[in-house]
Amino acid sequence: MTDTRHSPDWTLGDGSRIGVIGSGPAGSFFSYFLFDLAHRTGIDLEVDLYESRDFTRPAPQGCNMCGGIISETLVQNLATEGINLPASIIQRGLDSYVLHMDVGSVRIETPLHEKRIGAIHRGPGPRDVREIKWESFDGYLQRLAMDKGARRIQDRVTAYGRTPDGRPRVTLKSGNTTVYDLLAVAVGVNSPALKLFESEVGYRPPRSVKTFIREYYLGKETVDAVLGNSMHIFLLNLPRLEFAAFIPKGEYASLCLLGDDIDKELVTRFLESPEVTRAFPVRFDPAKGSCQCSPRINVDGALHPYADRLVFLGDAGVTRLYKDGIGAAYRTAKAAAATAVLHGVSERHFREHYAPLCRSIAQDNRLGKFAFAVTRGIQQRRFARRAVLDMTSGEQKGRAARRMSGVLWDMFTGSSPYRSIVLRSLHPAFLGRLAWNSGASLLRGRE
Amino acid sequence: METGALGKVYEDGDLLVRQGDPGDCLFVIQEGTVEILMEQGGREKLLRTSGPGELIGEMAIFEHEARSATVRARGRVRALTVDKKNFLRRIHEDPSLAYRLVQTLSRRVRDLSRRLAEVDA
Repeated sequence: MTDTRHSPDWTLGDGSRIGVIGSGPAGSFFSYFLFDLAHRTGIDLEVDLYESRDFTRPAPQGCNMCGGIISETLVQNLATEGINLPASIIQRGLDSYVLHMDVGSVRIETPLHEKRIGAIHRGPGPRDVREIKWESFDGYLQRLAMDKGARRIQDRVTAYGRTPDGRPRVTLKSGNTTVYDLLAVAVGVNSPALKLFESEVGYRPPRSVKTFIREYYLGKETVDAVLGNSMHIFLLNLPRLEFAAFIPKGEYASLCLLGDDIDKELVTRFLESPEVTRAFPVRFDPAKGSCQCSPRINVDGALHPYADRLVFLGDAGVTRLYKDGIGAAYRTAKAAAATAVLHGVSERHFREHYAPLCRSIAQDNRLGKFAFAVTRGIQQRRFARRAVLDMTSGEQKGRAARRMSGVLWDMFTGSSPYRSIVLRSLHPAFLGRLAWNSGASLLRGRE
Repeated sequence: METGALGKVYEDGDLLVRQGDPGDCLFVIQEGTVEILMEQGGREKLLRTSGPGELIGEMAIFEHEARSATVRARGRVRALTVDKKNFLRRIHEDPSLAYRLVQTLSRRVRDLSRRLAEVDA
């Protein structure tokens, strides 16, 4: 490939046209930060934001098939960016989580007793919503991007190609064709649009697995009384289940199961577990929800998520393993926008300024896989589950430093990089206390 | 308070920050107004007030000094705490995140210069 770094054609200037396919968090954040950075550098850009869904209409027209958690890290980062998430889009602020196991349950509070995690509906809400009482998270971000200057086009991109001079060209379902100086692909792994780019040299879409999400209408009073402001997490000895959470929202609660291709049998076994039935309201049938879906999630980043005048963001590029997908969308979108505005839009510019972030997330995910393997080992051993419970309970009662509580909090909420979690769990004081609790648990088991 | 409101609620007169305490976080005001006060010789002097969207206590992010002023809720206030470690980790990854902080500090310098000029006049 020729050295294109110094070619003026690769820089964005007044009137440059950028197309963004997908107006989920990655697409909207990318558009928002493009304008933000362009404004600081004095450039006028034109941004077309393609989105076929309508976030003002209830599922499935406006649904984005997501559990809907904004991690505390992302809440803080957005606040320092000047994006303060309003109460009208946060269905519930969470200040704690409850870990449920067969050996008991323990509640873990945020260190500052502050509502630092946001539970949201990505779209306007589940299928049985007739009257929309809140703003969807994706709709809110789309509005932020449009307020900055993005032009929303409600149409579907059906074809992709390149002009003779190498500029990306998209054709819409309506038949219109547009040529761009830069094209950003910000669709999810469930979108058929990803297939349009398989011809792009080097790009391989991310590997994905099937998950399960079910929404329940419980009513606000029941959610308050049964779930409160806590995310409920289940550490059960069920094969193929990596993570299960019951997330309270305003009037609804979302059940999310992540693991190795979650199927109907696994869902049934999970819902019949005594630990799960205890967490649901009395005389409530967990088999019946308002709606459900089995979306696929990215578990392995895409190969080469950039090319000349083309960049893949969020799930279409690289995201965090199982957690904080919206946070990864924010980070990749902003890094790509900064590369495009401050450096240029060639493959080399993205390789030098965007790829390091993608590699960093991918490397952290490898440690995440190790951390989840350890969690799986704990799930499979009763004495280990009891040791975790005892250690965490003691910490919550103030008997010891919050080592296990902190590790579990970050592991299940996605608040810290997996590297930080693994390093803290290798601390001698952590290992010492865990060994002591494991020994005590084994002895109690023999008795 | 609404179920969707993030952050922590401080009632009228509650302290978010006490002058002289060590600082390991900054705050972003979500709702309400806070007073920034300096205590000198047992007397309080109101330096300024801050409202929704404003950053408070940002000097603790860059300095290892004790808090230079007290921050007190005027009426009901909701504020979000931003951890120093998380913020510095993110700035390391994305230096442009510091832009808003620099902008805030720049505004304060401009404001102080204006007030100084008024005093001299």
